[in-house]
Amino acid sequence: MTIGIIGTGKLGIVLAQLAVKANYRVLMAGSDNNRHLALTLSSLVPEASATPRDSLIEASDIIILAIPLSKYRTIKPDELTDKLVIDAMNYWWEVDGDKESLLYSSKNSSEQVQSYFKGASIIKALSHVGYHDLYDHADQAGQLNRRAIAIAGDSPDNVAIVAKLIDTLGFDPVKVGDLAAGKILEPGSALFGASLTKKELQHVLNIKSTTQ
Amino acid sequence: MIKSNKSIKFGLDSFGDIPVDDDGNLFTHAAAIRQVVDEAILADKLGIDAIALGEHHRADFSISSPETVLAGIATKTKNITLASGVTVLSSDDPVRVFERFATLDALSNGRAEVILGRGSFTESFPLFGYDMSDYEILFEEKVELFSKLLTEKPVSWSGTTRASLDNADVYPKTESGHLKTMVGVGGSPRSVIRAAMYGFPMMLAIIGGSPERFVPYVELYQRALKDFGKDPLPIGMHSPGFIAETDEEAMEIAWPAHKTNFDRIGASRGWRPMRYDHFKEEVAHGSLYIGSPETVAKKIASSIKTLGVERFDLVYGGGPMSSSARLNMIELYGKEVIPRVKELLA
Repeated sequence: MTIGIIGTGKLGIVLAQLAVKANYRVLMAGSDNNRHLALTLSSLVPEASATPRDSLIEASDIIILAIPLSKYRTIKPDELTDKLVIDAMNYWWEVDGDKESLLYSSKNSSEQVQSYFKGASIIKALSHVGYHDLYDHADQAGQLNRRAIAIAGDSPDNVAIVAKLIDTLGFDPVKVGDLAAGKILEPGSALFGASLTKKELQHVLNIKSTTQ
Repeated sequence: MIKSNKSIKFGLDSFGDIPVDDDGNLFTHAAAIRQVVDEAILADKLGIDAIALGEHHRADFSISSPETVLAGIATKTKNITLASGVTVLSSDDPVRVFERFATLDALSNGRAEVILGRGSFTESFPLFGYDMSDYEILFEEKVELFSKLLTEKPVSWSGTTRASLDNADVYPKTESGHLKTMVGVGGSPRSVIRAAMYGFPMMLAIIGGSPERFVPYVELYQRALKDFGKDPLPIGMHSPGFIAETDEEAMEIAWPAHKTNFDRIGASRGWRPMRYDHFKEEVAHGSLYIGSPETVAKKIASSIKTLGVERFDLVYGGGPMSSSARLNMIELYGKEVIPRVKELLA
């Protein structure tokens, strides 16, 4: 299986490292010039291939968006048509600027991304755990205190595919519901920044559902 | 990988967190600044190599103008390097940054050091009239201009973020002809490459997770320097910590202060309050250097070895901590931890 990661910053690099470790073929595209990207990959994740975005999209079974949320519109709406896309982006004060101009509706950011990439299947995952927690706590299935990653998406089939990916990357997958339910993973919500075990994560979800 | 033991420098970093007195009352901002001056004087007496002061523009940190505080420290100290950590160049004017630090360099007989960075707080952007969405270009252009100013020769420059300069000469000149400059990097590959491209020594801000994670970033920096035809340059790291007589005492003092600090920032950024088990885990395996002198020394020595850095700065006094605990920590750092780290690395 081929994983295409768009974004070569802190998160994109860590996800590439985990995917390589899990024996996936990894393609990466970013906004850096070729020389800089080659340098970056040669030191940080030499097994990944720098690939132009269009070829990456073409060749990948799963695409991960790991760019600043304010940048997703630099990709054209039809570029991701018919693709399974993991949205690992969040509104992030440090890089995204004005929140109101970026998150213009009551929808969560992934629903907004889905309505922009109409023909793609957007799954919200890998966005609620900090990149160093991802790096430090990837662990084999069955290990005590293995950390969990929550998944939200509208297509049950694609959620299942992403769940399998997350398991092989080193985390227990936990389904939280449809894309709208992914609100709970966003900054300011109960699971944002949460590096928890499956049991702890499910506990937070249960509390939320009984208090709503 | 490790360089000769003699070359390793040890520093202390502060953002001017507001301390409390022994009854738990918060200091005023003014008193918090004077506390940092006292701490720097103590650090200088103890032979600690550097103090780095970060720039923030918010109520929980007293220092918005590091070089002004450093100028106060300059006239009362002899040897300690006076650094910013970091100067938020994106929302500042490179010409003025140069002028202010060259002035500090004069007052301190050549002990000034600028650590440039993008910073991880955004308050300075609206305050000085900058747009956050220009984040990337502001830093890119201003680092370029700053690197030209460092030649201390007339500069011509044009860009989109500031008025052009035509053969502009900037004063005062430093006596050494070289204002010490580093770039603070938080782990974005692009920032690492940029530091190498301009030939600036790199200061890694490692504030969470295992230091091992940064090994490939060190390699990236070295590889990039080579690729750009530059000579090898030193790398430093900074991480937060606290030292007391015993591990238990250190944890007891550091935990509530650290939690207050972390949760206050988290509240504005949308992350969850810190849990004690995660705090303990970060102390055991991550980037919090908290404990007795022996515990902290071992952890520092291990990180220095792992990353091959030539400078280690301990970010101290995070959160509302008592001023006496902070001063005691600096004593222990200077008298016990640093000698012990040197011994462990010998």
